[in-house]
Amino acid sequence: MVELGWWGVPIGVLGGAIRVSTPFLFVSLGECITERSGRINLGLEGILIMGAMSGYAVSYTSGNPWLGVLAAGGAGLLLGLLHGLACNLPRVNDIAVGIGLMLFGTGLAFFLGKPYVQPKAPTLPSIPFGAWSDAPQIRAALQVNPLFLMGLALAIGLGWAFRNTRWGLVVRMVGDSSDAARAMGYPVPRVRTVSTALGGALAGIGGSFLSLYYPGSWSEGLSSGQGLMAVALVIFARWSPMQCFYAALLFGGAGALGPALQSVGVTSGYYLFNAAPYVVTLCIMIATCSPRRTLAGAPGELSINR
Amino acid sequence: MASDRPGPWRRAAEALAIPIGALAAAMVVFGLFMAALGHNPLEIYALIYRGAFASAFSLQNTLSRAAPLVLTALCVALPAQAGLMVIGGEGAVVLGGLTAAVVGHLLSGSAPTGVKVAMVVAGMAVGGGWIALAGALRQYRGVNETISSLLLTYVAVALFNHFVEGPLRDPSSLNKPSTSPIGDVNMIGSLPGLDVHWGLAFGVAFCVAMHVLVRYTTFGFALRIVGGNPRAARLAGLPVGRLVLTACVLGGAAAGLAGAVEVAAVHGSANASLIAGYGYAGIVVAFIARQNPLAIVPVAVLVGGLSASGGMLQRRLDLPDATVLVLQGIAFMMILGSEALYGRLKLFRGRTA
Repeated sequence: MVELGWWGVPIGVLGGAIRVSTPFLFVSLGECITERSGRINLGLEGILIMGAMSGYAVSYTSGNPWLGVLAAGGAGLLLGLLHGLACNLPRVNDIAVGIGLMLFGTGLAFFLGKPYVQPKAPTLPSIPFGAWSDAPQIRAALQVNPLFLMGLALAIGLGWAFRNTRWGLVVRMVGDSSDAARAMGYPVPRVRTVSTALGGALAGIGGSFLSLYYPGSWSEGLSSGQGLMAVALVIFARWSPMQCFYAALLFGGAGALGPALQSVGVTSGYYLFNAAPYVVTLCIMIATCSPRRTLAGAPGELSINR
Repeated sequence: MASDRPGPWRRAAEALAIPIGALAAAMVVFGLFMAALGHNPLEIYALIYRGAFASAFSLQNTLSRAAPLVLTALCVALPAQAGLMVIGGEGAVVLGGLTAAVVGHLLSGSAPTGVKVAMVVAGMAVGGGWIALAGALRQYRGVNETISSLLLTYVAVALFNHFVEGPLRDPSSLNKPSTSPIGDVNMIGSLPGLDVHWGLAFGVAFCVAMHVLVRYTTFGFALRIVGGNPRAARLAGLPVGRLVLTACVLGGAAAGLAGAVEVAAVHGSANASLIAGYGYAGIVVAFIARQNPLAIVPVAVLVGGLSASGGMLQRRLDLPDATVLVLQGIAFMMILGSEALYGRLKLFRGRTA
């Protein structure tokens, strides 16, 4: 056993950031796609929990955790589709439907997931990048889940796609000016529905990480609000997928700071560290907004910008 | 042309028929879902009714659950009159409750009536100030109030947890960290002759007062102009900033009152039970009530009734207590979606339309 002393804090934060950030990463990438198309989905929390439940249930019944991830993505896709279709109706408020979806998804997951609270499902494997080290803390910190790497690849790919593909440009145009998109002949509601459904699928996968890797079991208190936080994360990341990755690491790291400090004897202020990312996001908004100008980089059609 | 518009009665009938129709559709969908899982939907409907409204006990349970929702819904509906979309009522609830618990404990030696008034006033003041923060950021910095109020909720919950598990923790609360108790004499009791706490009366009174304020006063008229068209309001010389802030303070005060009452009438101290999602459920209640303060009361009673019946389903049919959450969720989605039907049904249109 190697004594790391105070070095345990940054290593603990790093490990925590890698471990905790994956659900943040997936929900924020999902929300990023949805918001880029000009709609906001506050229901990702419900989708995340539904994804966690269905992923765990399918992993338990099939014995293959990757099938669980797939099922979680499918469940998320369906709920995202529901949100997208509901918001296509005239006069339906996307924020209210989002809150409704959060309560619906949570309720459905608790209801269907009741039989899976006890049994133990196979969980996802991890890749030991820290095998070279003797220090158990470093080994623990560098246990990386494949989903984390997929999320990173997805962030890079999405950033590229938004800039360089027809699909990405159409989504951005629909999000920035539905009039322009309509003039070009693109079906605005359909693009938004597809983007919302895709966003839901990613949030569902993020949920499966919670139940299939860390903490790695299904219970009703599994999520600590990662889905709702996605909205804050995307603003923090200025609607850029790659910055969503950094933001997810930062939010995850801030959450891990408390436990890491606790391990070296600093026990007070635990919850205040958790709040730090929100305070920073709020400060960024206060610093960059003015009554005449909204946030730079925000899609023009987003209801929160008008 | 006036003859194209539906008259007030027709519009009232529409406002009742559409949500009730959506609720009925939600019941059918829920019934099919339960039938697909092998349960008898009729039996479930009957049990929900019995668990929510049939007996004095269940009715009182329903009303107790409705009380905080009435108040948190006001936290959405009042700023909505001024065109603001505040979703941070949860933050005002937890901070209002925490403040009430601290004030109640600090003053616990004084005359109980004074303590009760102080707790309620302090809770309302803190809740009002918290939501006013979001309103001020919107008015003076252009920060979107929906997002800032959501962010402020996280900050509020973190502050709440920090104080309840840290500096303000009662050392004798071992399993469930709580603040020091306010003392039994200082608890706000039940309404006379009922087993429902005073929060319900506060909520109903608050709703009626706000209805009068919004509908029948110059202030309310000005507020609705701001909500309809802020630029026109400014051109007309209305004090837009002050109106927006007042609406936020009133809404936040309602949510803060919800927290204070939960502490002073139910829990006796501030603990994690206060973070129960009242703020979020209130958002849906306000939208179903279409931001109308008077309509909030029946909607909240309905939602409270659904949650109250969860225990009955669990005991009688051995269903998970989340069963009613599924019904609630379906009903929320249906009623929110039914918003699209307003003005589209032939039945409710004017004769010449």
